Amino acid sequence: MSRSTLALQVGMLARRSVVRTMRQPAMIVPALFFPLLLLSINSSGLDSATNLPGFPTDSYFQFALAIAFVQGALFSAGSAGTNVAADVETGFLNRLSLTPLRRVALLLGQLAGILALGLIQAVTFLGVGVVFGAGIEAGVLGALVIVSLSLLISLAFGCIGAFVALRTGSGETVQGIFPLLFAALFLSSMSLPRNLIETDWFQTVATWNPVSYMLEGIRSLVITGWDGQALALGFACATALAVLMLAATSSALRTRMMRT
Amino acid sequence: MSTAAIETYGLVREFKKGPRAVDAIDLRVEPGEVYGFLGPNGAGKSTTVHVLTTLLPPTAGTARVAGHDVVNEGAAVRAAIGAALQEAALDPFLTGREHMTLQTALHGIRGEDGRRRADSLLGRVGLTEAADRKVRGYSGGMKRRLDLALALVHQPRILFLDEPTTGLDVQSRSALWAEVQRLASDRGVTVFLTTQYLEEADVLADRVGIIDHGRIVAEGTPEALKAEIGRPSVEAVPADSGDLAQTKDVLARFGEEVASSPKGAAVRLSGGDAQLADVVRALDAQDIHVEHIQLHAPTLDDVFLAKTGRSLEGAGDGGEEEETATADAGASRQLAGQEA
Amino acid sequence: MSRGTFTSVALAVGWRNVHNYFKNPAMIVPGVLFPLFFFTAFAGGLSRVDSVPGFDYAAGYTAFVYGFVLLQASAFGGIFTGFSIARDFESGFSRRLMLAAPRRSGIIAGYWVAAVTRAMFNVLLITVVALIAGLDIAGGPVDLLGLYTLALIVNAAAMLFGSGVAMRLRTMQAGPAMQVPAFLFLFLAPVWVPYELLAGWVHTAATVNPVTLVLEAGRGFIAADPVKVLPAFAVALGLAAVSVLWARGGLRSAERAA
Repeated sequence: MSRSTLALQVGMLARRSVVRTMRQPAMIVPALFFPLLLLSINSSGLDSATNLPGFPTDSYFQFALAIAFVQGALFSAGSAGTNVAADVETGFLNRLSLTPLRRVALLLGQLAGILALGLIQAVTFLGVGVVFGAGIEAGVLGALVIVSLSLLISLAFGCIGAFVALRTGSGETVQGIFPLLFAALFLSSMSLPRNLIETDWFQTVATWNPVSYMLEGIRSLVITGWDGQALALGFACATALAVLMLAATSSALRTRMMRT
Repeated sequence: MSTAAIETYGLVREFKKGPRAVDAIDLRVEPGEVYGFLGPNGAGKSTTVHVLTTLLPPTAGTARVAGHDVVNEGAAVRAAIGAALQEAALDPFLTGREHMTLQTALHGIRGEDGRRRADSLLGRVGLTEAADRKVRGYSGGMKRRLDLALALVHQPRILFLDEPTTGLDVQSRSALWAEVQRLASDRGVTVFLTTQYLEEADVLADRVGIIDHGRIVAEGTPEALKAEIGRPSVEAVPADSGDLAQTKDVLARFGEEVASSPKGAAVRLSGGDAQLADVVRALDAQDIHVEHIQLHAPTLDDVFLAKTGRSLEGAGDGGEEEETATADAGASRQLAGQEA
Repeated sequence: MSRGTFTSVALAVGWRNVHNYFKNPAMIVPGVLFPLFFFTAFAGGLSRVDSVPGFDYAAGYTAFVYGFVLLQASAFGGIFTGFSIARDFESGFSRRLMLAAPRRSGIIAGYWVAAVTRAMFNVLLITVVALIAGLDIAGGPVDLLGLYTLALIVNAAAMLFGSGVAMRLRTMQAGPAMQVPAFLFLFLAPVWVPYELLAGWVHTAATVNPVTLVLEAGRGFIAADPVKVLPAFAVALGLAAVSVLWARGGLRSAERAA
């Protein structure tokens, strides 16, 4: 009997990850619905903020569109973490441990599910944005870059969820980190541009918060067009977080799949 | 070179800040044998299985499975074994067939071979019709059968079953027993079976190891273990419940008291089966009318009792969290008993 | 005898829930953390919004946000008690309560006692943080009495709504069915800016949303400029009354299923 190749293992696990994500509407629907609902509420509720001197656009909807992508990524953290925690709690991870499966295949396979949901979210939010009049200044190419950055952000947050799940083995704990992730989003340039944040300490926190740059990277493509600095910072922060969390998740998987 | 299927020498597994879950176990299981590992909850059965299946490294001692060391040759061990662990370990969102496809692929059984193997195993465990339904909709018995089928995908020589029938109805349990017996007798598969059910060990196992607090307290064939205890017990239920105390006094002359039904009295006969007639005569002499009298052969529970001083049933650690139980109990008491 | 029994049932259930709440940090955290996040994010991140032409609130943006966060903490304190009820049904403990309690309406009252206690604790924590952050409450004792009474009524209405849902569905899956309506009621209101500065469909929604009145009255108390007090109390009490009926219906449903 031949051992399965790494490519085959990744393929099988990826297929499983995508299938089980798609078979859970209770995970997909909120991940699409809530960011769009909040986008709609925020846009109407804070439209008057565009009257502030220095606000970069006339449309708060255009300004807030970027938030939906990052909020969507937070839901990715939840769904990825919940799925991984379920594997630990049900013992499915033990079952996989007893096969010739390589750890890296399991990790890459899990990521496929995260990226599948992330892609659906990115395309949906982009579509809604365009339909409701948020022109993408950077054009079609810019839209593709938005999708790429959004996927990278989803990957980074998805790995946070997976990491917590592997370390704790508990779906409840994964849900418990939600407030912390939302805090990271709130304490950023989510609601106003950083230069218009009046409260000094908040502006400092937002300046140090990598989520601000992820938002600003996407936002720049929507409002400004091609802003090299904003894009570089956005991609750098997303990439750094993704790499860090991928490494942490890999380490946690090594501990969890403690086979000899 | 040892020919044993499974052998351990001084196997220890300790957890941080906890007692030794496995405390210097020596055991040897021959190829083709069905070995029953019997003990209460918390005795160390599952931990032993986790070590032997390479999911946990031992703290000390050695273990070899299928001739390979579990620590240094983990991959070779895993290639030779199948395991159905305590949890059914299934993905509720996949179908039975999708589980089989995944498992066959991971074991390198591809294409048509994989499909044939999957169909064959699903048929053997009676899941052909349910194969394309999501596992979420399966009953407990169906999940266990799928679990077993998945463990057999790569035709392992050694099969580990960790409490395979816990929570199953009588029919499902019997079906699983039949399959285990068939595997052992027809295919010569070595089966290492952990259980807390006496009957299961009695019916299935060629040899039984009884474990308590991480140590093997008795080992042998079920018959030999019971013969060690030797003596049968007699239980008498008086027709008039008012005679119970007197019945107990009479029986006490023939041996030490053992557990009985609430309406009866039981003792282990110091003189063996032959004393039964004396017991009946003694009860008759006291004018005690007996509704029911029965001679019990020794059980594995009697063996456990003799070795540990406790009955196997109910001997386990409950292990239940009771952080809010005090508050719950307090509230219930107040609700039930309060007046203005 | 019957009134005493009702009270003892309520106190027993209330004590048990309060005990479990304070023994279990995982239960405390959401009720406190989310309002604090909102307070921090909005008061800190959106304070410039009070420079928008037409933003007319004398007490300042921190106080403006505090008014919303107080309402949010009160409402969700009630909703989270609904979660506890759902959990009790799922675990089977509710069946034990219903079998043991001579006056079952006392059970709901007991959960309400717990909801009020939880809300008071959360509001106290949030108020202390807000004061440290520079909250300036211009209102006097009477204004504060009005403010916190309004908050308690909202808490009761939310708790009764949540309990009605929990007793009908009898599972933790009922969570979203409680949270989403509460969320919509709260956020389709003048959250970040006064009603006059709202735009689009949210302006329309806020016009018909009873919570808008409650929120504006609360903010009026904080600024020592009471506005729409009677309509706000009428609306709050009306919501609470409807929620009582809803909760009673839920209890009947649970009794039939027990």
